[in-house]
Amino acid sequence: MKGMFQRKYLGIPYALYLLVFVVLPLVVIVTYAFTDAGGKPGVGNFLNFFTDPNTLGTLVYSLVIASVTTIVCLAIAYPTAYFLAMSSIRSKGAIIMLMIMPMWINFTLRITALKELLTMIEGNLALHPFMNSVIGMTYDFLPFMILPIYNQISRIDKSLLEAASDLGADRTQAFLRVLLPLSMPGVISGISMVFLPAMTNYVVLDMLYNSTYIMGSLIGSYFSAYDWHGGSTISLILLVIICIFTLLAGGDENEGTVRGGSIL
Amino acid sequence: MKKNSFVAPLVILIVLLLIYAPILILAFYSFTDAASIGESVHFSLDNYITLFTTPELAEMIRGTLFLALGVAVLSTILGTLGAMGSFYSRPGTLAAYRIINQIPVINADVVTGFSVCILLVVVFGINKDTFFPLVAGQTVICAPFVYLSVYPKLGQMDSSIYEAALDLGASPAVAVRKVVIPQIMPGIVSGFVMAVTLSLDDYFVATYTKPAAFDTISTYVVNATRGSQTQIKTALWALSTVIFLIVLAICIGMNRSNASKENRKVRKKRRMEA
Repeated sequence: MKGMFQRKYLGIPYALYLLVFVVLPLVVIVTYAFTDAGGKPGVGNFLNFFTDPNTLGTLVYSLVIASVTTIVCLAIAYPTAYFLAMSSIRSKGAIIMLMIMPMWINFTLRITALKELLTMIEGNLALHPFMNSVIGMTYDFLPFMILPIYNQISRIDKSLLEAASDLGADRTQAFLRVLLPLSMPGVISGISMVFLPAMTNYVVLDMLYNSTYIMGSLIGSYFSAYDWHGGSTISLILLVIICIFTLLAGGDENEGTVRGGSIL
Repeated sequence: MKKNSFVAPLVILIVLLLIYAPILILAFYSFTDAASIGESVHFSLDNYITLFTTPELAEMIRGTLFLALGVAVLSTILGTLGAMGSFYSRPGTLAAYRIINQIPVINADVVTGFSVCILLVVVFGINKDTFFPLVAGQTVICAPFVYLSVYPKLGQMDSSIYEAALDLGASPAVAVRKVVIPQIMPGIVSGFVMAVTLSLDDYFVATYTKPAAFDTISTYVVNATRGSQTQIKTALWALSTVIFLIVLAICIGMNRSNASKENRKVRKKRRMEA
């Protein structure tokens, strides 16, 4: 009996699952992206994408939306995470839980709430699409920026700051030269969790003002038109952007647990 | 340090207000007869009555919960087996597991949903009404998180306990079931919870792979915002409030149990020091 069962065999079902439902779909995407509707191989889909001012405009627009959203999230999240992590209040755990609790409320319901509030303040949301897109995305993704930065700053050994001040650094210098660099991993992981969804989560915009112009929406419209080749092309372009981004961010293992909404 | 003493709480308070203002205002208006917020209103429970008595809404909520549980069970089994199998594999195999497992984690959900839809529906010709594409697709976005949650627990485990079980005559299968699994249980449980919340929050995979007549909360809410049925729209405010209260209750419970665990740890430590 011994030797027949090895613990590594336990992974076979999951390995097969990953191959069929993760790897194979990517193969299909690549195949569809490099063939036209008649099945002839070529790069026509990409030529179309990069020569059509509409699709190219969408790419640029979504990069701008994602960048602005990321900056706004960072501007709100960093001070919040910093003050919370550095403060001496006892109920830190409860407060950070309150900050990320919205992650567990269905995002379409949260956006409904935001939409009602914004409509009361602004009236017709379609009049300021850019501003409302950024507000909506920021509202949706802010917890994903706060949590990793908070975790990272909490982990920093505070005696390093004392050491810095003993060595003559003032508070600004201690922050800029010690704390900020040490908190960067959290910032990078927050950025990668906000930037990519902000390029693709078109439902937020769809719900706020009924029309969207970001990369994700192109997939949605190709899907509705049964244009699998067009949709695959956009998917592949997004995948390339995601890959570049991940390589730049240095492949973050932290991301899994944060995006999953785990704080344990 | 003096300057921070009021700046810090103020920043935290403002951010909390920004996060909760929409949810709380909506919760207030869910108990009124308003058709949009900001109107002058009277107290009313109509939204809650609609929410709990409209068959369409009840069916949608039940469907969403069943789907989330089913997907979470499947994801937990697959992810846990994968974590164990890969942990005991050779380094090269382990690296392959980790890289492929990371793809759905970092990929945009739109792309995941679309690619699973093309493979299963367009290439394999599977009917969406079978629920197979929906369950398989949501499992793709949930199982990797179970894997990531279980895997570190295997590393923290004392591997000699497993060897001891074998020496005492347990077969490897029995040793895995009776020794390894109980040790990694916390990771399995938190992976399961994550899978449930991810499935409940999913819109993109569901919209690309679900049967036409089936709706999850996400797809239903998105359609309802496009529609003009005020009664349904305001009933969803009630749903939002109910979910908010449930999540709040769970969080308070978790916070309490964490606090008491901490207390116990501190007390135990003190007793040992004494």
